[in-house]
Amino acid sequence: MSALSFDAVRLPPECDALRREVRAFLAAEIAAGTYNPQEPGNDHGFSPEFSRKVGAKGWIGMTWPKQYGGHERSFLERYVITEEFRVANAPVRLHFVADRQSGPVLIKYANEAIKRDVLPRICRGEVCFAIGMSEPGSGSDLFAAATKATRTKGGWLINGTKVWTSNAHHAHYLIGLFRTSPASKENRRHGLTQFLVDMKTPGISVNPIYQMTGQHDFNEVVFQDAFMPDDHVLGEVDGAWKQATSELAYERSGPERFLETFYVLQELVRVLGANPDVRGAEGLGRLVAQVHALRRMSVSVAGMLHAGKEPVVEAAIVKDVGTIWEQALPHRARDLAAFAQDGASNRASFEEQLRFATLIAPKLTIQGGTTEILRGIIARGLGLR
Amino acid sequence: MESTSLIAETASRLLRHHCDPQTLNNAAGTTWQGPAWAAMEQAGLPLAWVPEDLGGAGVGLEEGFGLIGLAGRYALALPLTETLLAGWLLARGRIAPPPGALTCAPTRQGDKVVMASAGTVSGRLRAVPFAEGAQHLALIAEREDGSRPAIALVALADVRLAPGRSIAGDALNTVNLEAVRPIKSEMAPVGFAAKDLLAMGAAARAMQMSGALAAILEIAVAYANERVAFARPIGKFQAVQHNLARLAGETAAAMAAAGSAAEALASAYAAPAGATPPPSESLADALFLEVAAAKIRVGEAAGVGAGIAHQVLGAIGFTREHVLHRFTQRLWAWRDDFDNESAWAVRLGALIAARGSDGLWPLLASR
Repeated sequence: MSALSFDAVRLPPECDALRREVRAFLAAEIAAGTYNPQEPGNDHGFSPEFSRKVGAKGWIGMTWPKQYGGHERSFLERYVITEEFRVANAPVRLHFVADRQSGPVLIKYANEAIKRDVLPRICRGEVCFAIGMSEPGSGSDLFAAATKATRTKGGWLINGTKVWTSNAHHAHYLIGLFRTSPASKENRRHGLTQFLVDMKTPGISVNPIYQMTGQHDFNEVVFQDAFMPDDHVLGEVDGAWKQATSELAYERSGPERFLETFYVLQELVRVLGANPDVRGAEGLGRLVAQVHALRRMSVSVAGMLHAGKEPVVEAAIVKDVGTIWEQALPHRARDLAAFAQDGASNRASFEEQLRFATLIAPKLTIQGGTTEILRGIIARGLGLR
Repeated sequence: MESTSLIAETASRLLRHHCDPQTLNNAAGTTWQGPAWAAMEQAGLPLAWVPEDLGGAGVGLEEGFGLIGLAGRYALALPLTETLLAGWLLARGRIAPPPGALTCAPTRQGDKVVMASAGTVSGRLRAVPFAEGAQHLALIAEREDGSRPAIALVALADVRLAPGRSIAGDALNTVNLEAVRPIKSEMAPVGFAAKDLLAMGAAARAMQMSGALAAILEIAVAYANERVAFARPIGKFQAVQHNLARLAGETAAAMAAAGSAAEALASAYAAPAGATPPPSESLADALFLEVAAAKIRVGEAAGVGAGIAHQVLGAIGFTREHVLHRFTQRLWAWRDDFDNESAWAVRLGALIAARGSDGLWPLLASR
């Protein structure tokens, strides 16, 4: 087993100026009525207007090469943007996945023409991406994917169904994992290929799947002889499994992995008031200690990524511990608020946000890699498998 | 945590040679303690935080915290951390520490020592680690007349000790001082108070616990890979893997929280001892968050982590013969030193409530 590493990383001074700038920007947007931070579920956080403004500020594709519209700033500066937007409940849904995951995949594996076409539009906040991994018969077990891409003249024909696809109803593009060959006896992960899918392609239909919150976030995406040109293959044909794992450290250790229900903690502080009883103070103190520790872990991983390391196990730990925490938070807040003053001015808003957070909480340990999958990755890192 | 500095290398070598947990466990008894302590003193470890002009090694705070984390990895049952803290405290008053083992107090908020105008000190101090066995006590005393507190060095021969042991069996005593005349006392630097010692002690215990957690994670993983049941190593079972993954998560949280608090204190006290005021009148909010969060979160991790390690090791981990208890018992004990999770959580919660909702995120993000 290799020793875990969580050094005390501090964000560099240039992050302070950026943080002030972001906070001023968000305060102005809230004041102008662009969005209401008290309604975390509102419009599902999807706002073309807001995303374009963020793009204009240079806060999408921050770490990407300038030739593709990026800004060549540091990974730690991007960290500041991500956490400030998350805490302010900013409506980043349109560009967030493209910024975090899809863009970096294109930079690594797409051909030059696609990079020059798509990446600058992502940076301007105009393009929404979806990720097509899960299928009716394969979720956590990615390598069981069966949706087929078969050779045809000049490209490939895709047939099959992806499911639980967030944003597909808004998305301009989808990066999908499709079966191009059967798995081999030696390697069950063999035979999958990543494609950049233009969602306007004929033969693609998107059907909504409503969530128990009443919201529409994910979808079923059906492919019927949808044609993908050859140059839309990303990376190696049949070798996508090699590509899928390296991006996970970025996906799993960010501040969005423990701050998704943070507004409940802020409302709880308000409900408990300036002089909580011992029970309220102790509960609050523990929650704050826990979220502080999570942020220190997450910033530490960000520092390692910034230094060019691949802290895969550490990142999985941040997501495991972080999502469990953000999932438990609404329930802890409910407990602690039980004896709080009924007269608190934000009581109604607290109740409403608590209800919303409680409803969305079950998904937090499922999306982007379940707890069970993460613990398998951690166990492998510990040398147990 | 394990820096590659000279002091860390020396400490690693000494600990491996004199304090290997398995060797000590097999030997039973305490005959190892004399030679181990002598070797550490020889290497200048116990007074590492004391400036050279006061007879110490003049090592930086962060390196010293690294040393303390290393001691935790060995579940070291000697007052190394206590002597480091006492030396640090005495140096704030420009007092040269005497040779031998030291300890420090108060270790609980609410306990206090008062210095009378005649210069004698009185008070009752609970839970002073290793008071029995150490030669001297470094303490911070309030003044009867309300002026700046005093830092004082007291001979433990001059005080009344109530016998006591921690859950790990290490000395943990109530100290009664009745008009005791200190060997030496000096005025504390401006703004320096008992809570500064409490913060340093809490961060030190957090570092020790994170070291011990890293050790039990290694022990539990190694055991799970060796122990065969149902025809395969138990580490191949998912239920065991997931328990160990949780232990890794708790260890990670402890390492991050403790390391961050240690770094924060090291930066805050970077100025030479006594030359400039310490960070603030009372610890600044951000520093308080760092220390309180570390003691709370690491204490929680210690409780959960020790439980998981015992579950993985089964009956053998419950024997005196196996080395695991040296770590888990100290994890349980260290949670309580320099105030436990609950005590710190009440104070941190009160601070957060007083700052108000809008002050929460800026405080977290300032670290």
